[in-house]
Amino acid sequence: SVEVIRLGHSYFINWDKKMYCAKRRTPAEARTTTLNEELGQVEYIFSDKTGTLTQNIMVFSKCSVNGHSYGDVQDVLGHKAELGERPEPVDFSFNPLADPRFQFWDSSLLEAVKLGDPHVHEFFRLLSLCHTVMSEEKSEGELYYKAQSPDEGALVTAARNFGFVFRSRTPKTITVHELGRAITYQLLAILDFNNIRKRMSVIVRSPEGKIRLYCKGADTILLERLHPINQDLTNVTTDHLNEYAGEGLRTLVLAYKDLEESYYEDWSERLHRAGSAPEAREDRLARLYDEVEHDMMLLGATAIEDKLQQGVPETIAILTLANIKIWVLTGDKQETAVNIGYSCKMLTDDMTEVFVVTGHTVLEVREELRKAREKMMDASRSMGNGFSYQEKLSSSKLTSVLEAIAGEYALVINGHSLAHALEADMEVEFLETACACKAVICCRVTPLQKAQVVELVKKYKKAVTLAIGDGANDVSMIKTAHIGVGISGQEGIQAVLASDYSFSQFKFLQRLLLVHGRWSYLRMCKFLCYFFYKNFAFTMVHFWFGFFCGFSAQTVYDQYFITLYNIVYTSLPVLAMGVFDQDVPEQRSMEYPKLYEPGQLNLLFNKREFFICIAQGIYTSVLMFFIPYGVFADATRDDGAQLADYQSFAVTVATSLVIVVSVQIGLDTGFWTAINHFFIWGSLAAYFAILFAMHSDGLFQMFPNQFRFVGNAQNTLAQPTVWLTIALTTVVCIMPVVAFRFLKLDLKPELSDTVRYTQLVRKKQKTQHRCMRRVGRVGSRRSGYAFSHQEGFGELIMSGKNMRLSSLALSSFAARPSAGWIETLRKKKGSDGSTAGSPSAAADKTLKV
Amino acid sequence: MKNKTSFLPQEGEARPSRCPDNSAFKQQKLPAWKPQLTIETVLSSFFLIGAFCLSVGVCLILSANSVREIQFDYSDKCSDCSKLRENSSNWNKECHCSVNFTLKEDILGDVFMYYGLQNFYQNHRRYVISRSDAQLLGRNVNIQKSYCAPFTTYRNGTPMAPCGAIANSMFNDSIDLFYNLNSSVIQVPLLKTGNSWWTDKNVKFRNPKSYNLSSAFAGTARPPYWQKPVYLLDEEDERNNGYVNDDFIIWMRVSAFATFRNLYRRVRRVRQFADGLPAGNYTFHISYNFPVTKFKGRKHVILSTVVWSGGSNPFLGIAYVVTGTAATLTGFVITAIHLKLRKKKTYFQK
Repeated sequence: SVEVIRLGHSYFINWDKKMYCAKRRTPAEARTTTLNEELGQVEYIFSDKTGTLTQNIMVFSKCSVNGHSYGDVQDVLGHKAELGERPEPVDFSFNPLADPRFQFWDSSLLEAVKLGDPHVHEFFRLLSLCHTVMSEEKSEGELYYKAQSPDEGALVTAARNFGFVFRSRTPKTITVHELGRAITYQLLAILDFNNIRKRMSVIVRSPEGKIRLYCKGADTILLERLHPINQDLTNVTTDHLNEYAGEGLRTLVLAYKDLEESYYEDWSERLHRAGSAPEAREDRLARLYDEVEHDMMLLGATAIEDKLQQGVPETIAILTLANIKIWVLTGDKQETAVNIGYSCKMLTDDMTEVFVVTGHTVLEVREELRKAREKMMDASRSMGNGFSYQEKLSSSKLTSVLEAIAGEYALVINGHSLAHALEADMEVEFLETACACKAVICCRVTPLQKAQVVELVKKYKKAVTLAIGDGANDVSMIKTAHIGVGISGQEGIQAVLASDYSFSQFKFLQRLLLVHGRWSYLRMCKFLCYFFYKNFAFTMVHFWFGFFCGFSAQTVYDQYFITLYNIVYTSLPVLAMGVFDQDVPEQRSMEYPKLYEPGQLNLLFNKREFFICIAQGIYTSVLMFFIPYGVFADATRDDGAQLADYQSFAVTVATSLVIVVSVQIGLDTGFWTAINHFFIWGSLAAYFAILFAMHSDGLFQMFPNQFRFVGNAQNTLAQPTVWLTIALTTVVCIMPVVAFRFLKLDLKPELSDTVRYTQLVRKKQKTQHRCMRRVGRVGSRRSGYAFSHQEGFGELIMSGKNMRLSSLALSSFAARPSAGWIETLRKKKGSDGSTAGSPSAAADKTLKV
Repeated sequence: MKNKTSFLPQEGEARPSRCPDNSAFKQQKLPAWKPQLTIETVLSSFFLIGAFCLSVGVCLILSANSVREIQFDYSDKCSDCSKLRENSSNWNKECHCSVNFTLKEDILGDVFMYYGLQNFYQNHRRYVISRSDAQLLGRNVNIQKSYCAPFTTYRNGTPMAPCGAIANSMFNDSIDLFYNLNSSVIQVPLLKTGNSWWTDKNVKFRNPKSYNLSSAFAGTARPPYWQKPVYLLDEEDERNNGYVNDDFIIWMRVSAFATFRNLYRRVRRVRQFADGLPAGNYTFHISYNFPVTKFKGRKHVILSTVVWSGGSNPFLGIAYVVTGTAATLTGFVITAIHLKLRKKKTYFQK
């Protein structure tokens, strides 16, 4: 019957319309039936990034040109628009080459382009020139870009839509349609991207003959290389960058520099020499690049959104509130991973500190971990007990319920360090540190390391772990974790095949855990409790009877009652409860993720609960035996005949047992559907029907030795004494349970829905009063340019070797229409903002001024 | 956008939709009654149940008290007989003893006479199964297959009728009641039929079909402890003889516990006894056949009346009163706890 319940739960998961992805036409699928209740106990989620948290789609979402920020959704009056009053996206129909999938909401930028703002033109010109994208024109006007990194593709597409269409390139030229005019630039040099430079530049000669260097790169690098006269503009742009970063966008700074013909000649000569130098070629080139990318003029900044899957930040927020720790294990680079961490709210600026472990040697890693721990210890010590008390008082004012006393920490660790951290002597140390942190991000990890991390947590934490991923590189992790969830997405089906559950969007995870998992756990616990209870109540009667029948193993009940008790009389009601019971409606369990906690702490079925169930069962069995015993000893029927015969006793005890157990299931069932009604009343009816059938003349005539209880039911159950006995047994068995349950509800109501409800209504009201404010970020700006980018493509393009091979398997990208999540994000940010510290609030004010 | 909208329906036609049905059942949204323990329901149920139990308990106690019951332990009073019966070789020697008693008041109404046994484990498993219901139904069955052993057949192969330990150990004392009225002794008329369940008498027990009873039981022998064969249990009444003898039927309905009483006779309400047993001196004449000393048992003879709730058993009434009191008290305790807690709750809600 446990299996039946699990199967039912699996079907409910498969049938859930809210976990059906219309776009991919895939419903959720429970590929195993045995893990449903563990879904209600998950404490650690290990998530892949690409394809799981993100869609692996980059979208150009904002930019700052010459100190003016574009990209905010605005309503008619120029105020920042709220979610739901989104205007139409900007109409790019003037541009026949525009990508129809690109969407932008700030029409002022397009107006600026149309008005011929030179800065804006230069901005987009840069975007259309400074990249390593390949274009392919299948037919007239149908352009396809093949970008090495999706960020770059997004930028070029943005430029394309704003009228600066990158048409084609040859090794020495780049053709751009600038507002309809085809202009061919001579490509003089590509100063390629690498991880140290964190920027790329192109040097082009315009048709007019001017030589200009266009550069885009990480803000930290580029802002240092600007010409001093840019100081004012830099300040404004920096504010914008902070703003963008606060929204979890990847930022890039764009700059240009005019080069003198003579200087360029000289430089390119030296470049040529350096390029052909026999030794230290790289160093020499780097020095040359460094030299020319200097004293540049700031153009602006771009902000690219690494498009998260729908509802990811919300899901992560809810899961975090549900006390589930989310670890992101990704093969991506540290910057990308951290960026995603911010954009999906795993990392926030409200965190006390984000520890970054990047050591390459054992000692370094150990030292870094130790430092991180010390810091956390210090913080919690300095805060002391007074703080924790205060925090308890003010906890209702905080949006994040899960404030650790010691503050919030996050750990970012990369693959090299992880390899050391996972060594036998350090793994405990690592785990302790990591578990003290609210969020853990492991970047550049191999699939094996993913599995090792999961294994580590499994080994030491004794917690239920869940791994979610979509690609083949997640398979090991999915298999290692207790529960594996596969995202049936673009990256094939290996992950799905290895998984226990599969669906197509990360956001369904919250429903799987908080609704299905919670219910499954609750139902399974209730089922098990009841199961033990009813069997103990049933069996222990024999034990007591043993004292009175010389321990001769004489059964109290009719043999058929023993056979049918568990399969007919009491199976279906508890099955119905196990399948259909709901303590709170699904919306509530999503609204109040705290409801998930009993599962993690295994509060509903642990040793204590087990013994309570058994004690209840034994208590019931005692009454079930001794009340009829007291009544039957020396008693006679109302017609004077003997009452205390074995068969009457058996029928009385059996009947009261069935009734008590049915009343008990009625008490346990919190959700009486028609099916529950049918099963509970049906079971009682079936009991009496079968009882009378078994005790009927006909069966006895056929098998006199088997059905020797003939006539017993009608004789015994006609006695008022018997019914009074049954009633008394029922009352005495049930009333204490009712009393205890009610007192528990009354005295320790943490699980009571009503109290929780008022508690959270209050919180909701508070949230509504909170003003929606944007918050700037200080000092945690993240420049995300093409960190998934690799070096060498510039050279390849310049050499022209790959021109015919442009349709190589470069990662293609597509700018998807930007969904409403920017707004959601901002709103969230706003609500988070009020709890943020004063520095960010101050920054906010300066921003607004 | 255009090609997207035209694209989707096509796909929809090509593949059947995998979207789950939006039925209340599948979406777990069945309409349901969600009972909750509230202070009102809990308290009202406690007080109602308390009141109900108290009233039922009082009724039970009152009616149980109105039952008149007299019980005599005659296992010691007939000590000679009990000693005689200790030796089984004396099985065919008759032994009588008598027990005198005085009724100070009349016992009005139907008076039932029981024999009571103590320490006789009729509920022992080996004992309970040691019978053949098919045989008792008058069927010609192979009792070897039943659990009657060792009381199945004699060494010479003659089957026992009835077989099994229950039948073999049948209570075979005969008890008569005499009313001593003005030095004349009147035998109290006792009914020996109509004491068993109708279903037992008419369904469960049947004599083998034959032109007369002794021929029906031809080829069988009495159980070893019996003094006479089964077809001589009641020679006066054909319908109370053989397997359908009431005393036999009642004995065959084994008791649940080691102490039990079985209905033996009913006082026939005629002449002086039309209203029951009048006050006066009485004597039980007991033919002492059933040995109890070996298993340290006791034998009683009991006279009792009954009411709607059966014979005199105060347990149920007391249990109901106790339960009712407990439920009411619990109700008060819960009220007190709840009232005390409510303050905390409002504070908590601020």
